[in-house]
Amino acid sequence: MVLEFDGLAETVRVEGARILATLIRTVGDVQIAEDAVSEATLAALKAWPVTGPPPEPRAWLTVTARRKAIDIIRRERDRAGKERDGLLMMELSRSDLPADGVVHDDQLRLIFICCHPTLSPATRVALALRTLCGLSPAQIAGVLLTTEAATKRSLTRARHKIAAANIPYRVPTEPELAERLPAVCGVIHSLYTAGHAPLDSADLYDIDSCTEAIRLAELLHVLLPDQLMPTAVLSLLLLTEARRPARLDAAGVVTLDRQDRSLWDGAAIERGIGLLNDSLLRSQRQADAYQLQAAIAAEHARATSYESTDWSEILRLYELLLTLAPNEAASLGRAVAAAEAFSPASGLALMDDLPRTPRWHAVRAELLARDGRYSEAVGALDEALTGPSTRAEREFRTRQRAELLGICRSDSR
Amino acid sequence: MAEYVALVYSADVDWWAPEQADELAEYRQFAVQNADSIRASVVLHPTGTATVVRVQGARGGPVITTDGPYAETKEALTGFYLIEADDLDQAVAISAELPAAWNGAVEVRPVIASR
Repeated sequence: MVLEFDGLAETVRVEGARILATLIRTVGDVQIAEDAVSEATLAALKAWPVTGPPPEPRAWLTVTARRKAIDIIRRERDRAGKERDGLLMMELSRSDLPADGVVHDDQLRLIFICCHPTLSPATRVALALRTLCGLSPAQIAGVLLTTEAATKRSLTRARHKIAAANIPYRVPTEPELAERLPAVCGVIHSLYTAGHAPLDSADLYDIDSCTEAIRLAELLHVLLPDQLMPTAVLSLLLLTEARRPARLDAAGVVTLDRQDRSLWDGAAIERGIGLLNDSLLRSQRQADAYQLQAAIAAEHARATSYESTDWSEILRLYELLLTLAPNEAASLGRAVAAAEAFSPASGLALMDDLPRTPRWHAVRAELLARDGRYSEAVGALDEALTGPSTRAEREFRTRQRAELLGICRSDSR
Repeated sequence: MAEYVALVYSADVDWWAPEQADELAEYRQFAVQNADSIRASVVLHPTGTATVVRVQGARGGPVITTDGPYAETKEALTGFYLIEADDLDQAVAISAELPAAWNGAVEVRPVIASR
């Protein structure tokens, strides 16, 4: 079987990230393990397109990475004049694969170290992309909209802190787990959001951080099946991702009311709703913020048309969400839901006390337009267009503004 | 085992003042409860007693002193502990019992060397 090069590169990267977790534990050194895995993946990317992928890519990469680690350790030993543990060298000379259970534990340990609460949230996301997803600093810079040099600096600093401050390489025990999971889920969620609305990035990058986030959410869900939060996060991401095919067309962003719902991914919606129901059942219907967001996404996904959406249920869910985790997106979501459930005026009334951001002006423009106040809506869009926003948002608002101006002109005729 | 310093940032108080007695007692209690982990502890006079020393040019140059602390901050460095812990998680857990953790802040830093 000849894989396309992209598919091959993808396999190599995903398998490489999986191998890394165990190699870090075996070698006891993140840098050596990472160097060994990256040398092994480079070797694979050089050899496989010519020879074709080996029958067992995972085994090939595992054994090659171990050999590379031996080489690196020998080089270091010669330089430092140190004798390394013979047991370690024996362990690295093995050709069998570690059991899945062992790999799972190693992956969990790595997830918790990357998402350690003593690292800044931005650092956690960068580390997760590097260590858990196997992305290069250049690719990470593309996802997080920073420079390669800045990414390298922040990764180096983080690694130094992990080593110098002795951040433990272990899975938190049961009582601690609940405290530590929000940080992990937060990393996965912000990774997804970063891919969902990249600020002002014109390039379509070869890396899709939404896909990476979903991969991590799947992994965490598999690794910690008894924990509710990973299930809820996975459900939320699947339900949001399911609508992605309809969110953009040739002209740009398509709002929910105009989306072609037949483009939505029915299988992902079904799975997302199933996971949500399962997590709600297990939490005795005491929903956390992820479950509530997933429930809102599920309401939209269930509706066969914009008009048949259960807006009063969505309004209720936003109100619950705001009591748990107040934030701008939820406040604006509540205003839109109120506008749909009652009237544009009641939605507008809920916006009075909120901070004036570009998104606030854009939502206000939408509600004013629904209320027939077109020239005010144009003014609100002008405000929205002055602040920072994504390229897609700007294009959409410019288009919307032109449409509304057209209505204003025909009204005045 | 690793060593950490827990730098205590709190209101710039005079620990000898009678009104600090209660809080000082809390720190003593912390020291007793964590005696196994604490290698050294230092309590500082307020920053009003501080002197910053600089030598102009190079070694041997004129000594310039200024009155007061190196950095004027809302919360002042009022003491520190040298603690021994398995890892950063344990060091954070111990530091979280210092009264400054809720009255001010505690900065935990890994130690390269101490004696």
